[in-house]
Amino acid sequence: MNFDLEKFKVHGEPLIYGAMISIALASIGIVVGLTVFKKWGWLWREWLTTVDHKRIGVMYILAALLMLFRGGIDALMMRLQTAAPDMKFLDAQHYNEVFTTHGLIMILFMAMPFIIGLMNVVVPLQIGARDVAFPRLNAVSFWLFFFGAMLLNISFVIGGSPDAGWSAYFPLASLEFSPTVGNNYYSLALQISGIGTLMTGVNFIVTILKMRAPGMKLMRMPMFTWSVLITNVIIVFAFPVLTVALALMMFDRLFGSQFFTMANGGMDMLWANLFWVWGHPEVYIVILPAFGIYSEIIATFSKKNLYGYTSMVASMLIISLLSFIVWAHHFYTMGQGVMVNGFFSITTMAIAVPTGVKIFNWLFTLRKGRISFTTPMLYSLAFIPIFTIGGVTGVMLAMASADYMYHNTMFLVAHFHYVLIPGAVFAVIAGFHYWFPKVFGFRLNERLGKHAFWWIIISFNVAFFPLFILGLKGMTRRMYTYSAETGFGPLNMISFAGALGLAIGFVILVYNIYWSTRYMPRDKTGDPWDARTLEWATQSPIPEYNFAVVPNVKSRDPLWAMKHDKQPLFEDQITKIHMPSNTGKPFVLGVVFFFLGFFLVFSMWIPAIVAGIGVLVVLAAMSFDRDHGFYIPADKVIKTEKKLGGGTV
Amino acid sequence: MKVDTSKPLEYGTHENSNRIFGFWVFLGAEIALFATLFTVFFVLVNRFADGPSGSELFEIGPVLIETFLLLTSSFTIGLAVHAMRHQYKRAMLVFFGITLLMGLGFLGIEISEFVTYVHEGATLQTSAFLSSLFVLLGTHGAHVTFGFLWGAAIMIQLMREGINPATANKSFIFSLYWHFLDVVWIFIFSFVYLKGLM
Ligand code: HEM
Ligand SMILES: [Cu+2]
Repeated sequence: MNFDLEKFKVHGEPLIYGAMISIALASIGIVVGLTVFKKWGWLWREWLTTVDHKRIGVMYILAALLMLFRGGIDALMMRLQTAAPDMKFLDAQHYNEVFTTHGLIMILFMAMPFIIGLMNVVVPLQIGARDVAFPRLNAVSFWLFFFGAMLLNISFVIGGSPDAGWSAYFPLASLEFSPTVGNNYYSLALQISGIGTLMTGVNFIVTILKMRAPGMKLMRMPMFTWSVLITNVIIVFAFPVLTVALALMMFDRLFGSQFFTMANGGMDMLWANLFWVWGHPEVYIVILPAFGIYSEIIATFSKKNLYGYTSMVASMLIISLLSFIVWAHHFYTMGQGVMVNGFFSITTMAIAVPTGVKIFNWLFTLRKGRISFTTPMLYSLAFIPIFTIGGVTGVMLAMASADYMYHNTMFLVAHFHYVLIPGAVFAVIAGFHYWFPKVFGFRLNERLGKHAFWWIIISFNVAFFPLFILGLKGMTRRMYTYSAETGFGPLNMISFAGALGLAIGFVILVYNIYWSTRYMPRDKTGDPWDARTLEWATQSPIPEYNFAVVPNVKSRDPLWAMKHDKQPLFEDQITKIHMPSNTGKPFVLGVVFFFLGFFLVFSMWIPAIVAGIGVLVVLAAMSFDRDHGFYIPADKVIKTEKKLGGGTV
Repeated sequence: MKVDTSKPLEYGTHENSNRIFGFWVFLGAEIALFATLFTVFFVLVNRFADGPSGSELFEIGPVLIETFLLLTSSFTIGLAVHAMRHQYKRAMLVFFGITLLMGLGFLGIEISEFVTYVHEGATLQTSAFLSSLFVLLGTHGAHVTFGFLWGAAIMIQLMREGINPATANKSFIFSLYWHFLDVVWIFIFSFVYLKGLM
């Protein structure tokens, strides 16, 4: 093996040097800070080794917020580059890398972890459980996700980022046409975090099916929990397809196999098919939980139970099935013939039906409700019309023959941002505001929250509506520059202004977290929104054991029934509570996987083999581990309950 | 830890029965994984470019031995679980050991098959057909290898601790995994080898 420093370097661009310096400074800052304040031990004991679903959830959300800013800076750079004709801010290669990492980060390392974070925090509480079914596996999931994300992020400064689009179509993504290590990073970073996601899928299916409190029948589960259950079934069946696709990509790029090549029998379209067989269900993986979040919020702030519960569940089931048979709508123009396009056109349009059912259920929930316009509710209300625009343009794109006009234009870019941003981003922000007091014991400031809301909602439309028109005028996607004669300039400038406004909105949102942490009054009730479901029946912040007494569920909105119909919820005595103990092995496993990935990216075989053996060693250590956890004695539980507010004692 | 004695030992605690259920869900994902690999194989099976086709490459002899070994090992792991239910630790260890040895034998033949293919000029790089063949067989083989290591770790724990809820649970889950690999092999045997030889 000849060691060649050149291949690690990324050349040119002052921006990249800037990124390198800021990464270096931030890392030094963190290390110095932790050392000065003597926080290393705290970090290790309380966070890196935790198996508590709430803390894992918080870490997911923190990582997702970071990635939102990383992906957002990518977006700003692209919008700046295209704000006016013939801009010289990014060159073509750099633009390619930026839109690729933007797409990957936003979907895989922002939207999905944000949602997984919320489901970690909320689902065990909503079903009255003490934790997820496999707390340690949960930590493994998180650390694999986290180090996968880190691996992709360092690509920008070490070796170069993937540059063939987030969909990485072959032959473009092959070694021949993308000779940098960028797409090696793609195949390995996604693989590592994808395995973590698959484990999450298994974990939450078991949690929801096996860990529910007594009386919590399936058809009494809160809608968010239902959406999470269905989502995780999709994860379990869709992610293995990605696993295979990424592995084949890795074999093609690292070992010279012929899956997607142009010679020796390879088939480039095979990649496109595999990618979208996973990729379309993936968008439902981020959108179904969002539907669940909106259902909770709309019911709570309308002071009514959710309209059409059964049809909500049924429509999600239908959507999840349909999501597996629509994938070819991503490449109608690739010549697969009328019958195939016709089939996929019809299945795609069919998805609009169950989605429409859900929209009407939300509207009927609102009808005659006593609506309070809190920040999470505002996002939910804004979601309905904006998402509908996204949906209607989706049906336009679904018509195969018409799609020949829209395909790969800015119209498509506008469409998917119109579904993904209200469908996933607004939802996680709404859920973040909604469940924040549960986790931290105080609300976010409403005035600042609404400020951010208006910035985000208005700027979103300013940023993306012009793209519909630009698309119809013929501006294609992934185009790094254009000449003044095209006339694309003014609308792109407007869109850039919208992107800036969005950035301001997100900054206010984060400032709100800071401000509220310092100044907001603590909530002693545990139920600041006068809500309906079980998570609000325990204390805030949530004690590590979740419920001092396991609740006895007798209806669909158990907390509401307790508050208004005097239906008893906690009937048993407080006894000692069994808890799993912390472990550092999941974190170590993540680190070792990170190195394995890194060495494979650069084809450094011997270190890679050593890291691979390291993975096996950590797994063996886990298998030999005999830690049966510990008990919190009853008197300690009572003490904690008294301290936090004493609702259930 | 509450142990429910009305159930088989491996299901005895709540966590244990969750683990078994969780493993079934995981096997669902594994089915999706192998289904994808088979699909890739079927798509590429006739694209052998300048390389050999299946009928030129395959020999039935070694494949029959592989099949015999794996199918029998699936039977012996069943016997091991049976012995476990009766608390026969020695018998269980013997059957477990035989299972793993047969797994090792299977791997030995598979590796020598791969070596023969490569010597005949049929490599991962030769054609799309061969790429998909090697990756499909290789993924199954990697599963068997992992199973061997995992099973060995469980055997060591059995020897140290005897049959208790933890080791019984692990052994039972391992047996599910091993049966699953057997099922996958039956598909490989029928649709890759037999169909390829026709
Ligand atoms: C926050 C404001 C955002 C802005 C201003 C923005 C802007 C952009 C721009 C300019 C492009 C490239 C268009 C092109 O030249 O082809 C793009 C692509 C993309 N965006 Fe966003 N985006 C934002 C948020 C998001 C979010 C939240 C998601 C997903 C959850 C997302 C997913 C994608 C994807 C998947 C692509 C396609 C990447 C590719 O072509 O490979 N974006 N976005
Ligand atoms: Cu799609």
